[in-house]
Amino acid sequence: MNQIYPVIIEILQIAILLIAAPVFIGWIRMLKCWSQGRTSAGILQPYRDIAKLFTKDVVLAENASWIFRFTPYLVFGVTVLVGAIVPILSVDLPLSATADVIVLIGLFAIARFFTALAGMDIGTAFGGMGSSREMMIASLAEPAMLMAIFTVSLVSRSTSLSQIVHVITSKGFILRPSIAFAVLAFILIAIAETGRIPVDNPATHLELTMIHEAMILEYSGRHLALMEWAGMMKVFLFAGLGIAVFFPWGIAPKDNLIYLPAAILFLAIKLCLAGTGLVLIETGLAKMRIFRIPEFLGSAFLFATLGMLSYFILE
Amino acid sequence: MISDITPFGTAFFSIILLLAAIVIAAFLNKYQKLLISVSFSITALSCLMASIAGIWGVGAGYVESTTISMGIPDLPFHLRLDPLSGFFLVVVGLLSFFVSVYSLGYVKGFIGHRSVTHLVIFYCLFITGMFLVILSDDALSFLISWELMAASSYFLVMFEDERVENRRAAFLYLVVAHVGAIAILLSFGILAGLTTGFKGFDGYTFDAMRQAEFPAGWATAAFLLAFFGFAAKAGVIPFHVWLPEAHPVAPSNVSALMSGVMLKTAIYGIVRVSFDLIGISNWWWGAIVLIFGLISAVLGVLYALMQHDLKRLLAYSSVENIGIILIGIGLAMIFTYFEMPQLAALSLLAGLYHTLNHAMFKGLLFMGAGAVLYATKERSMEEMGGLIHKMPWTAALFLVGCISISALPPFNGFVSEWLTFQAFLLSPSLQTPLLNLLIPLGAALLALAAALSAACFVMAFGVTFLGRWRGHHNSPPPFDSPLSKGGYRGVKGGNGGLEVDWYMRIGMIMAALACLILGILPTMTIGWMDALSEQLVGDKITITAGEFGWLWLTPIAHERASYSAPIVLIVVLAVVLLAYILLHIRKAAVHRAPLWDCGFEKVTNRMQYSAASFSMPIRRIFGFLFSIREDVRAVYPTGNPLFPKRLRYHLKVRDRFWGLFYKPVADASIWISRKVGKLQQGRIQMYLIYSFITIIVLLLFLR
Repeated sequence: MNQIYPVIIEILQIAILLIAAPVFIGWIRMLKCWSQGRTSAGILQPYRDIAKLFTKDVVLAENASWIFRFTPYLVFGVTVLVGAIVPILSVDLPLSATADVIVLIGLFAIARFFTALAGMDIGTAFGGMGSSREMMIASLAEPAMLMAIFTVSLVSRSTSLSQIVHVITSKGFILRPSIAFAVLAFILIAIAETGRIPVDNPATHLELTMIHEAMILEYSGRHLALMEWAGMMKVFLFAGLGIAVFFPWGIAPKDNLIYLPAAILFLAIKLCLAGTGLVLIETGLAKMRIFRIPEFLGSAFLFATLGMLSYFILE
Repeated sequence: MISDITPFGTAFFSIILLLAAIVIAAFLNKYQKLLISVSFSITALSCLMASIAGIWGVGAGYVESTTISMGIPDLPFHLRLDPLSGFFLVVVGLLSFFVSVYSLGYVKGFIGHRSVTHLVIFYCLFITGMFLVILSDDALSFLISWELMAASSYFLVMFEDERVENRRAAFLYLVVAHVGAIAILLSFGILAGLTTGFKGFDGYTFDAMRQAEFPAGWATAAFLLAFFGFAAKAGVIPFHVWLPEAHPVAPSNVSALMSGVMLKTAIYGIVRVSFDLIGISNWWWGAIVLIFGLISAVLGVLYALMQHDLKRLLAYSSVENIGIILIGIGLAMIFTYFEMPQLAALSLLAGLYHTLNHAMFKGLLFMGAGAVLYATKERSMEEMGGLIHKMPWTAALFLVGCISISALPPFNGFVSEWLTFQAFLLSPSLQTPLLNLLIPLGAALLALAAALSAACFVMAFGVTFLGRWRGHHNSPPPFDSPLSKGGYRGVKGGNGGLEVDWYMRIGMIMAALACLILGILPTMTIGWMDALSEQLVGDKITITAGEFGWLWLTPIAHERASYSAPIVLIVVLAVVLLAYILLHIRKAAVHRAPLWDCGFEKVTNRMQYSAASFSMPIRRIFGFLFSIREDVRAVYPTGNPLFPKRLRYHLKVRDRFWGLFYKPVADASIWISRKVGKLQQGRIQMYLIYSFITIIVLLLFLR
């Protein structure tokens, strides 16, 4: 029984990831509509979008090579693997030892690497533009992200996510200056990495502001569906990662089935709050000029480094 | 008889085989094709033997040394194979093996164009030199082999000597290599002298140096001289200027070796001298290595991003990777000084693992760049594009190299960077506040370098292989340039198939496989490398690494961190396959259609993003590090400024170091030579007066 139990949780978690990610995006869009005085399409609209795309034929650009066709599957696969590793519900995940948090960032990086290549594959100006900007943002966001994570892993003496969750929940709620800086940095980075306002606008196809959308402009049919779905999961996972690393209270500990429903409830509440926070940021701020982004990410990097330094100096 | 074969004997025999290849090459001058097949096959065989010897030697933790009575009387050559030299024998041997197989195809491209005899001879001498550097066990034979390596690579860089930039690059290389060699010579001089108290010549063997105790001041002097001497060879910033000049102009098989393994001999030298011969006696030695490593890593990749010549880009990226290796080694020095052997073992293995990895993927990338150069005769990425359709094999293999070098799982570059990050994260609070500041900052800079290198290689692969042909011709040039004449069979004629032949492909395939294997089986590799860390820092990490079998890499403890590359690979592939099958149950048609591009019309190939435009955001952010000259000029054919016909954009990005450090020195030396040159009148009377004055002066002093 004890052998099967973690496997069940693993499967449950992946299922929740696949199902809840579109709902989470739907929730964000709905809130955004409300806050801007528009009528929303309902929380389930992302499902309808994905389902529609899956039934459509694929239109491939003449010049597309295997990289362009392979990328959606790879991005989807990598995102699912990340979802199997981040402890969203319980720390008792058999796959969580596969990758620590540095590998996790590496996995996101490989998805991005291929997306950027796919953007350049078809040979349009927009694709290249998107790839170039995405890689610029990523090359600044990634070190900041690692620094924020490093701060947490110094506190918990581990880079394994399950262990981080375990240590932080068992220590009780202590306000550490290092973690406070790291949270701040993480929020800024998560916004940049998931391509939300003020860094990128996911709802636009306006040539000058596109970043992520520019790379996937030529996708259609099932390829686009996979890319969109993976994108939704990425937002979900960044929220999940932030929750697991910084607010892990409520995630089920080892060998404890009873906690599971509570863990699901906690997760739902935390995600609702995270979505609300995101909507407040997106509604309150305007999109930045592209060359303001380095300053934005620079401040994230600064916060993360301050967090790390304050760990070495104060704690 | 079989029982007599030892790793050392195998390595020695491989050197003899290389010398035989040189002799054969000299005789086969008239039969160029035969020459290539015979000598590169022998070289490949010998390199394979050397790497087997290395694998065997390291695995068995084996030490053997011998003395050859050659060279100066009473100062015989000492050779020794221990785990450290065995490991570097594998690094050099393995890549040289791949490159030699590749050369079987690549060098044929020169037939009918120029004689390749001296390319073959110097190629063999070059590899021999590297093997001897690694095996030599005294200062004399080390320096002789070091010079053999430097001189033969000078001639290899000069191979296509009709171009002025090649001659210039080769000269620059020779100058920097010798300035470095002088520093190394002085360092060995100090060590050898102190060993015997400046009373004899017996101190020149490494064995004597190992036994001796050095006073702190002299040890520091010797270390600094050795470090900077080797750093000049390794291309550590600011000694890197020769590297982006010399590596691109050499034939591509040679650049693969120079970038992939020649730089590693300098790493070998640093490790050998600091850990083995002197011993770490100051923490700030490690800090110096760490700082130089960090500077090289970040600046190297930023310079790489600014390049548009594919091989230059790769050369700068070597600077970055040497930096990453030095980060690991610097950390190991720090931890050794503070007596934390396990951490020292971890960071040393991280650095050395990256050494091996870099040899594999940089060799692969240079071979790929060579294949592109071979097929398109084009050096600049700005003129390429869409080659994935014309060269599918090369493209896929180059992609493997790009993924590996960008430190993406599950390939090999990721493993070594992951280990380096772990070393950073595990470092406890040390007693020196400076280090407590430096170590977190170091982790951040390493992360920056890793992320930028991903951007750099998206650019390199994307601009070269993806999109559509950017060149001024409408399609890639047909294969009829002078280099290929003589019915070259690897290239399909007609429809623009530019794929290279099977020798070149196999060379690249083997390197790509090595990247994958080193990436997904790191635990085995680290278990094999244990003898190394035990020899140098007296601890190993395999007990913890191997705890969960070959599947899991857990460098210190299971709770601290774990990584399982095979599972990552399998799960991702499984999900990809599942998604693919599920989505192909129902037949949905795939239509090919012209570009949509947001509805814009008349998109031409020249409108695609190029390397210059791809790197523009990063150039703008980090622009203060370069000297950039941008120049936009409009051309008005009608003379009316309202109707420009075309815009000409000119961009020149230069290394600031040239102007900062090298130009003053070069100018000063030219100025001094001019002044001194005035002595040379060319008249015998003047020279007689000089001699007369000299004799008078000498008489005054030696009265």
